[in-house]
Amino acid sequence: MARLVWIALFALAAVAPFWLSGYHLYQFAQVMIYAIALLGLNLLTGFNGQLSLGHGAFFAIGGYGAAILIVKFGLPYYFAIPLASVICFIAGFLFGFPALRLGGLYLALATFALAVAAPQVLAFKGFDAYTGGSQGVQVPKPDALFGLHMNVDQSVYWLCLIVAALLFWLAANLVHSRIGRALIAIRDQPIAAETMGVDAALFKTITFGISALYAGIAGGLDAVAVGFVSPESFGLPLSLAFLVGIVIGGLASLPGAVFGALFIEFVPNYADQLTVYFGENAKALPGAVYGVMLILAMALAPSGIAGLMRSLIRMLRRA
Amino acid sequence: MDRRHFLISAAALALTPRLARAADMPGVTATEIKIGQTMPYSGPASAYGVIGRAEVAYFKMLNEKGGINGRQINLISLDDGYSPPKAVEQVRRLVEQEQVAFLFQCLGTPSNLAIRQYCNENKVPQILASSGSSALDDPKNFPWTTPANPIYRNEARIYAKYLLKEKPDAKIAVLYQNDGLGKDYLLGLADVLGGAHSDMIVKQVSYEVTEPTIDSQVTTLQGSGADVFIIAATPKFAAQAIRKSYDLGWNATRIVSYVSLSIAAVMKAAGVEKSKGVITAHFGKDPTDERWKDDQGMRDWYAFADNYMTHKDGLDSNAQYGYGNAIAMAAILKSCGDDLSRANILAKATNLSGLETPVLLPGIRMTNKPDSYSALRQMQLAQFDGVTWRLFGDLIEA
Amino acid sequence: MVEFLHQLSSGLALGGVYAITALALVMIFQATQLVNFAQGEMAMFSTYVAWQLLQSGWSYWAAFAVTVVASFLGGVLIERVIVRPFANAPVLASVIVFIGLGFIFNALAGFLFGFSVQSFDTPFDGRPWFGNKFMSAHESGSVLVSLIVLALVFAFFRFTPLGLAMRAAAQNPASARLVGVRVGWMLALGWGLAAAIGAVAGMMAAPIVYLDPNMMSGLLLYAFAGAVLGGIDNPWGAVMGGYTVGIVENLLGAYVVGQEVKLSVALVIIVGVLVVRPQGLFGRRIVARV
Repeated sequence: MARLVWIALFALAAVAPFWLSGYHLYQFAQVMIYAIALLGLNLLTGFNGQLSLGHGAFFAIGGYGAAILIVKFGLPYYFAIPLASVICFIAGFLFGFPALRLGGLYLALATFALAVAAPQVLAFKGFDAYTGGSQGVQVPKPDALFGLHMNVDQSVYWLCLIVAALLFWLAANLVHSRIGRALIAIRDQPIAAETMGVDAALFKTITFGISALYAGIAGGLDAVAVGFVSPESFGLPLSLAFLVGIVIGGLASLPGAVFGALFIEFVPNYADQLTVYFGENAKALPGAVYGVMLILAMALAPSGIAGLMRSLIRMLRRA
Repeated sequence: MDRRHFLISAAALALTPRLARAADMPGVTATEIKIGQTMPYSGPASAYGVIGRAEVAYFKMLNEKGGINGRQINLISLDDGYSPPKAVEQVRRLVEQEQVAFLFQCLGTPSNLAIRQYCNENKVPQILASSGSSALDDPKNFPWTTPANPIYRNEARIYAKYLLKEKPDAKIAVLYQNDGLGKDYLLGLADVLGGAHSDMIVKQVSYEVTEPTIDSQVTTLQGSGADVFIIAATPKFAAQAIRKSYDLGWNATRIVSYVSLSIAAVMKAAGVEKSKGVITAHFGKDPTDERWKDDQGMRDWYAFADNYMTHKDGLDSNAQYGYGNAIAMAAILKSCGDDLSRANILAKATNLSGLETPVLLPGIRMTNKPDSYSALRQMQLAQFDGVTWRLFGDLIEA
Repeated sequence: MVEFLHQLSSGLALGGVYAITALALVMIFQATQLVNFAQGEMAMFSTYVAWQLLQSGWSYWAAFAVTVVASFLGGVLIERVIVRPFANAPVLASVIVFIGLGFIFNALAGFLFGFSVQSFDTPFDGRPWFGNKFMSAHESGSVLVSLIVLALVFAFFRFTPLGLAMRAAAQNPASARLVGVRVGWMLALGWGLAAAIGAVAGMMAAPIVYLDPNMMSGLLLYAFAGAVLGGIDNPWGAVMGGYTVGIVENLLGAYVVGQEVKLSVALVIIVGVLVVRPQGLFGRRIVARV
């Protein structure tokens, strides 16, 4: 049943470029990019219980990596993005080692520091030749997919869709496999899991690597979609937005990544309407709305939108 | 062809001329001109959000007085949180959904760099981009993008030339913000002092906007033994640098970037005693400087702020900057008459000749040169005497 | 040599602010075993309240006192209303709630008080103390204040029955309840104290870093580093950690790695300490029973 829903969703998304305008395609491409990043983060935090406040940094490595490979090394995007994401995997895997020793809160602190330090590292003088320093890197738009006749927005959109579908499918297989169960076991009962022979250290570091890989692919796609990367694109607010996304979307849930992505992409846009009621200074109030929704979500819907949907479906089934 | 088809075609033909004209002038109707901008209303640069508020308020006032050439100006100002991807998204929304005629004064070097590819590809004028980065003055590669601010690189050249003339054996220490603003200053200094005089710069140290203080950097710079201290920093950090350099007993000639010349925001914050002697280059009238209180242009500004914003905003040089740019924009639009096509708006905006606004220093005009889109090239040096800015020397053109 | 002393003393001055903020973080950690990611934003908001009072003509110490008390009450209220419902929820839920609080305070501050940078008065005006050339009067003053706050907190925990009750509630809530300690109120008290201490931190920081809604976000990371370095469950440790981070950042930035990577230094401190010696320099090693 769930599989049908996914396929229907994919089909709907696939034909969207025929009736959506460029701006909307751009927005939905962003949604898919965020969904990939959120999926990665969810694997780590939702399924494996390792709290990361710093995934914006891996997103940045993917974005800058792809941009530099495309612009400075002349690689086409379909090589640049995977290559950049491999770098992210390695970075995530390496970060996973110290992360092993850090429980919940301490890992949150460490990854928080990572998110805060990332923009400064990106703007570091020594890397200027590659990163363009504070000017950033302009990424040229990709050629049409498979040489077919389509405009740039459609091309980028379909690229994101294909990659997202592939990554979701892989994640679904991972989560429903023995490995997925092992990850969940490590999250819920780490000591029991070890006793049962699960190599927690290996699984945890690899999961960190995979989640960084996902974030890196998303970052690479984002660099191509936006056409520009700079240190300001990857600050702390991005990492926090990712966390908001998986929590509101639904932890340990694949659909949750999609709901979360829709939330973080569209909700801030509608908060502009608040200025009508509260005056011009209210342009900053979206932040407060975010905060309130986070708290309400935790209180009323701790399993996020995905959890609400599940309850709804259960209610309907019983009726 | 049957009757229905004939009538429909005839109707289409009758409508077409007007449709064609409307298609030539997106965002423009007989009664309205729609323009768009992105501003950092939230996020690290939110202090500049007041610029957008000033501009929205200015056009509101203009509309009350009848608008421009009979059309009301609808300025749609969206928040981009100083995030380039968000800026791109908001700009696409403005251009594709709101169908604005052009973009006016989007703020922030990173945001403007992010959107200029899109604007140039789609031939949407990106007028008076709020940034002084030399990267945005590139008519050859990005003909649809024009900067509003005096270019930081040019300002740095002015300081370098001044030092070469007045203090040829100076030892210069530079504090710079680690982004487009700061780096542009380094480039400008190198332009003039590179090569033969490159040993004049004895130390340059950067800082991030996310750092709490730059006291450590200032201490390091003093340790270099320099006797000229150039502060390429935004107001908060400029105030810290001025204060710290005084507290350290560092007897250097201090030069501060024009983005930080506000007496209220910088000199008073650092302490007026500690700010004595600071030099900067002006192009506008500092609203917190008492010397302008009887100036008609400034009186109009204060009155505008009192009526359409708040009294406090009247003393905010960012707000006044927005007001000045809105006036310039209105003048450009007026000069377009009824041809409000994007091409014409761009043409008028990049061929300014002697445009004056009431908040520019007397004698300073906005004039374009053929190979540069930067219209504000004249500045005048001034020194702070503890109470006000004493202008000295002549108007310099970089 | 002189430059070195200057770097040292400005590190000390800023370290004082880190130290007070770290103390607030430790307060909450000790009471609830949670790290309050909204600590900085709450402190900033309190500072704005003080600023508003000062703008309205209040004298400094009156505004200071009222702000500290109001922050204390605010902290208690937040704990009872917002944090309490998540007492039994997983750690992740609380972290999310704190981040949400942070967003709210930040946006509210901008909305209510504007986004422009403001200067903030200091009670320690005038000439540098003892005619010294290294620290301004305010910087010396804030070091003094941090030591006073630390002493008060120490005395409170060590010598008052209430402090004892709080420590009991933090260490072993079940047993504490059995002896009649109102554990719930102890948690609220912890938050109130943390909020009050945070307000002091903000008011000491603002004259140095200038007041705007993003004032504390630059500081928070260093305060975290200080708390982690010193031992996140030890008030002494937090203060020592804060000073150490202030000094080390300055010295490393000036002499070793360059000013461009100071944030990364903080990152390395945090990760390094957590990996090598998670209890920090002065904390106690927690050994969990399996």
